[in-house]
Amino acid sequence: MDNLLLMLAPLFSSKLLLVLFFGTLFGLILGVLPGLGPTTGGALILPFTMTLDPLSAIVLLTSIYCAGTYGGAITAVLINTPGTPAAAATCLDGYPLAQKGEAGRALGMATVSSTVGGIFSVVILVFFAPILAQLAYEFGQPEYFALAIFGLTMLASIGEGSPIKNLIAGAFGILISTVGKDFMTSIDRFTFGINELTEGIGFIPVVVGLFAMSEMLTQSTLINQVFNRIALKAIKLPSKDDYKKTWKTILRSSGIGSFIGVLPAEGGTVASLIGYSEAKRFSKNPEEFGKGSIEGIAGAEAANNAATGGAMVPTLALGIPGSATTAVILTGLIIHGVRPGPDLFREQPDFLYGIFGAMLIANILFFIFGFFGAKIFARITLVPNKILWPMIFAVSVCGTYSLNQSIIDVWIMLFFGVLGFFMRRYGFSVVPVIIGLILGELVEGTLRQSLVIFDGNWLMFFTRPIALTFFILSLIALAFPLIRSRKLKKK
Amino acid sequence: MKNVQKQKRANKSLPFFFRDEFRVSLVIILISVALLITTFTFDIVPPILNRGIQPATFPKALLILIISMTLLIYYLATKNPWKVEKKLPRSFFLTLSSFVIFVLVSKTLDFFLAISALSIFVSYCWGEKRLFYLLLVGIIFPIIVFIFFETILGLRFPPGIITNIYYS
Repeated sequence: MDNLLLMLAPLFSSKLLLVLFFGTLFGLILGVLPGLGPTTGGALILPFTMTLDPLSAIVLLTSIYCAGTYGGAITAVLINTPGTPAAAATCLDGYPLAQKGEAGRALGMATVSSTVGGIFSVVILVFFAPILAQLAYEFGQPEYFALAIFGLTMLASIGEGSPIKNLIAGAFGILISTVGKDFMTSIDRFTFGINELTEGIGFIPVVVGLFAMSEMLTQSTLINQVFNRIALKAIKLPSKDDYKKTWKTILRSSGIGSFIGVLPAEGGTVASLIGYSEAKRFSKNPEEFGKGSIEGIAGAEAANNAATGGAMVPTLALGIPGSATTAVILTGLIIHGVRPGPDLFREQPDFLYGIFGAMLIANILFFIFGFFGAKIFARITLVPNKILWPMIFAVSVCGTYSLNQSIIDVWIMLFFGVLGFFMRRYGFSVVPVIIGLILGELVEGTLRQSLVIFDGNWLMFFTRPIALTFFILSLIALAFPLIRSRKLKKK
Repeated sequence: MKNVQKQKRANKSLPFFFRDEFRVSLVIILISVALLITTFTFDIVPPILNRGIQPATFPKALLILIISMTLLIYYLATKNPWKVEKKLPRSFFLTLSSFVIFVLVSKTLDFFLAISALSIFVSYCWGEKRLFYLLLVGIIFPIIVFIFFETILGLRFPPGIITNIYYS
């Protein structure tokens, strides 16, 4: 009962309500604009959160996360281009249904299923995050090392694209975290005599570079692309018949999304693809998928929004991000002096339940904004790229500069922009780099401290049952793509 | 699907050093080897201060892992070639060169001027010819952003010919 009251606290604070309102609105705009999204938006808004108290700052970031994930569906349905990668599966049936003159119905289903998926995942978060945090009390340095390795292998295994390329990208992310003074011995590593590098490479320049600047370069290759926009009259709430057809799909996808979200991977993107394919597998009319199936939209949208709450579980309970956007939220927590992990649950339950409550309200708010404002948000896509991207550039440059007031950070951002473009061009996902960068210090620190505990004996890792379990799970995660591709070949 | 297969066949018909998989793998390996060599220049900590492993050991292990996995993807690509990517258009190279111009202008002249120059240049190269919109993205919007960051975050931008006038 006390926890429920703590969750409802944001409703009684005009400041938090205002933050939630702006966060949801901003998140929706970011989600609607192809190429931008909650990760880039969160990274860009991070410097502004310094003017807020910790709870307001994290509430702002989480509301951007929830609303941005839903916003991608509007663009997916109306212009067949996912506003965020998580909405890619929504295009498959959303756009064909819109072409049949039922854009309002498609967006209505996307809005309802996103809201249900989002709320479902917050419930999962409220119940499972404290349990996971309780379990984390059993973790020592070796267990955290094994867990981080498991996270990275999962990311490689179930992330988008080639698992080996994902592993390379993850290892590269960890390598970036080693730049600067070694945190245990203060010895310079990869600084090449540049003073600014002794503090290491910041998270924000890398995220903004890999997401926003690389997208700007991608957009520069698409300047002649013409989108066929479908006009939207109004969003229609799903009919009784639609609810009958889809309620099982929505619940199933909400479960799938929440589970996938908990695993450190590409959160919503993978969840929506799995949610979509499972919706097709269980459907009585699988032949309708790809031609405007309402179940297809429900399956994809419920799953990608359910991944938001799921991804917050390991972020808050263990300090291990479940997706690229939660990596930004984790950075926000650290910047504001909040250390995620089991102690946070014991010492600051009001803070945590405030976040849970804010996520719940954000899911309701984006339902209202989406339902009444989708037509207006859809018009944002009419802003031409030749106007939009130079503006995004200006904000990115100032945002990156503002955290440390360092021009080197801006150059690092541009470097990672170019690198990110070529990575994506040749099939390397940029998400593992972000997760690797944020987990880097944890991986190296826990490894080195474990070796001190074990007196340099590596084999001692395997004498710890929890660590051993994570190592076995890591092996299974690595073997999974091999087994999957062999099965596909046999078929 | 047929197009992808066609692109893959086209890639296989190229000599190996022109193939994307070779060039990408080579670049990764060359950079990794260069960084690996750099790790040998890191200071060595005396055993009394050293906790667990030397500071160079962890990056060395990562680089060896990256090199081995790159060799593996190259080996796999010889059996299943990557699809050939489309040639990059002129607008990409212009945008890329605008990044270089930005770095040069921000280092030598002015940070704000660099943002303005890049915004106008990119917008023009992407097809915007209307003066008002060029001014909007190149001057009006950067001024708004500049003032916004300055007043809300109390940010002080690096000195330059325009920012010096503003601050004086």
